[in-house]
Amino acid sequence: MAKMTMVQALNLALRQEMEKDDRVIVLGQDVGVDGGVFRVTEGLIEKFGPERVVDTPLAESAIVGTSIGMAVYGLRPVCEIQFSEFSYFNFHQIEGHASRLRHRSQGRYQVPMVLRTPYGGGVRALEHHSDSREAFWAHMAGLKTVIPSGPRNARALLISAIRDPDPVIFYEPKAVYRAFREEVPEEEETFPIGKSRLVQEGKNVTLIAYGAMLHPTLQAAAELREKHGVTAEVIDLLTISPMDDALFTDSVRKTGRAVVIHESPRSFGPGAEVVARLVEKSFYYLQAPIRRVTGYDLIFPLFSRENAYLPNVGRIVRATRETLAA
Amino acid sequence: MPRKEIELPHRVDYLSILDENGRLDRDLEPDIPEDLLLKLHRAMLLGRRFDERMLSLQRQGRIGTFGPIKGQEASQLGAVAALQGSDWMVPSFREGAAEIWRGKSLESFLLYFAGYDEGARVEDNRSDLPIAIPVASQTLHAVGLGYAIKYRGAKQVAMTFFGDGATSEGDFHEAMNFAGVFQIPVVFVCQNNQWAISIPRSRQSRSETLAQKALAYGMPGIQVDGNDVLAVYSAALEAVDRARSGGGPSLIECVTYRMAMHTTADDPTRYRSAAEVEAWAKRDPIPRFQKYLADKGLLSEDQIAAVEDAIKVEIQAAVEEAEQFMKAGADPLHMFEHMFAELPATLQEQREELKRELAAESEEASDG
Repeated sequence: MAKMTMVQALNLALRQEMEKDDRVIVLGQDVGVDGGVFRVTEGLIEKFGPERVVDTPLAESAIVGTSIGMAVYGLRPVCEIQFSEFSYFNFHQIEGHASRLRHRSQGRYQVPMVLRTPYGGGVRALEHHSDSREAFWAHMAGLKTVIPSGPRNARALLISAIRDPDPVIFYEPKAVYRAFREEVPEEEETFPIGKSRLVQEGKNVTLIAYGAMLHPTLQAAAELREKHGVTAEVIDLLTISPMDDALFTDSVRKTGRAVVIHESPRSFGPGAEVVARLVEKSFYYLQAPIRRVTGYDLIFPLFSRENAYLPNVGRIVRATRETLAA
Repeated sequence: MPRKEIELPHRVDYLSILDENGRLDRDLEPDIPEDLLLKLHRAMLLGRRFDERMLSLQRQGRIGTFGPIKGQEASQLGAVAALQGSDWMVPSFREGAAEIWRGKSLESFLLYFAGYDEGARVEDNRSDLPIAIPVASQTLHAVGLGYAIKYRGAKQVAMTFFGDGATSEGDFHEAMNFAGVFQIPVVFVCQNNQWAISIPRSRQSRSETLAQKALAYGMPGIQVDGNDVLAVYSAALEAVDRARSGGGPSLIECVTYRMAMHTTADDPTRYRSAAEVEAWAKRDPIPRFQKYLADKGLLSEDQIAAVEDAIKVEIQAAVEEAEQFMKAGADPLHMFEHMFAELPATLQEQREELKRELAAESEEASDG
């Protein structure tokens, strides 16, 4: 096994799926010669040529709209939108068509495409380069929204997303892209879309997170154990929609307490759905109000203030301790 | 039943007045007052030097990512110089020199790229929009401004800037079409700098020129040597005058070159040759304009040195002022400012929550 960053692991997934399946093509802005602005598609154009690794004109709606056509024809397009904020340019293609064509054609057609795009803060970026707006996509019927948290699950989930018969929004936490390396097996590995993952067991409280926020959550769990003698069960959602609530509703039936962590704005965010499911399915086991540690309902600030905006270890620890004290 | 060529109301010209060797076409030379010529020269030099200083600040980690303008001074300043103060300018994100011309302060520019939202504030004496990063999206706002100008019977014009890459976006085409249909007083200025990150102009559009896209929308289009400030100014003035007098929109394609990287996060050596960059360096807009001014007896070597010195002082003062501001630190609660005319209760609650978090964080930090 090689130690890889998330960028390298995603590159491996693309390379292996393209080798295996000539229906898979990659398209987007700067994905070819430049290898993608984050280098996720590095080396693919050299290996597979410009017909399969397509440097497109600067037009997000065209990238997504043509991907839909390709997918209907039987290809497996994996398109890249350079930053998630620019996918608002192609919003109508996803909402109006990608998510609906199966239903609109009453099962005659399907849209097995993947829209890969980096999201999230913490990298001192310009305006429109730090948002975490997965809730937009999670709210769409007929669409799956996946957010990996580390190199190994990113690779496995991307392969599953490419093979999925339905459209998948694949949000890549850019703060994690090169943050650390992880063993990633050379042999193929998949992870089912629509399943969450138990990261660590615990008995006092359940912490539910995903994407870049899994990492401060795990650090908070370690601090809670070391400094406060509390063991937290940590669950990584991995798929935001359709949401797998089996693990976390079970977990909370055991711990009685829960904290949800995400960097996207709080109101109407994925955390709200987690809380609703807990109330619906684990209400009688709850021993304290559920807490959300999230971004604020604000325009993401320019980078001098981003650390104040983003959830951090201290905020997760404090919220968890308050939950435990309640 | 004939099959014949359809005559279009407009055609596409190319305009060059002062070539890369400083040769002048006297028949086309615009009549620009001396003080405006010297002001343009100073603004071009300031644009270049400020850009260089920003790059060095970025490399030292004192500011964040930004998109250098090097090489595009003439194509943006020539255009914006044709506007009056009361007109509207709607930029994309690579028109720093033009924004400064319009009254943006150097220190606010620095603050913005150092990650302070305060730097985005549009000065009260300017009627311009702030920079727009989502490509081509801003062109529609210029059309809306132009519609409102027309509705109110005002004698203003809106000028919008965008790059060659933007001409591939739907928003650009929608803006052009809307402006054509309603004969809006708007001037579309395309900074065709040949590269949209790694995608060359030739891969952006099969069109021979970008200017010809104007014909599809029923407006005049012109391609100019964007490194020739006289040509850009002439074309812009013509378009601005036409718009102001009720003649509707125009498209100007300034053929220029992005001498530096897309942004400081980009490495252009991955996708373009040094030879290409060198060839364009010979077409630098500044030396040819300096030669023109010298030939007219308006600018000596000593005067250039004096302008350079004054610019250096101006930039240094701005850097110091910006750093002074930054030293005071970014009050995190500022992120709740300017969200709504009145902060809703949910946000007031969240603001209080952030206050408590910050207090806890500073307490934990002092406990070590």
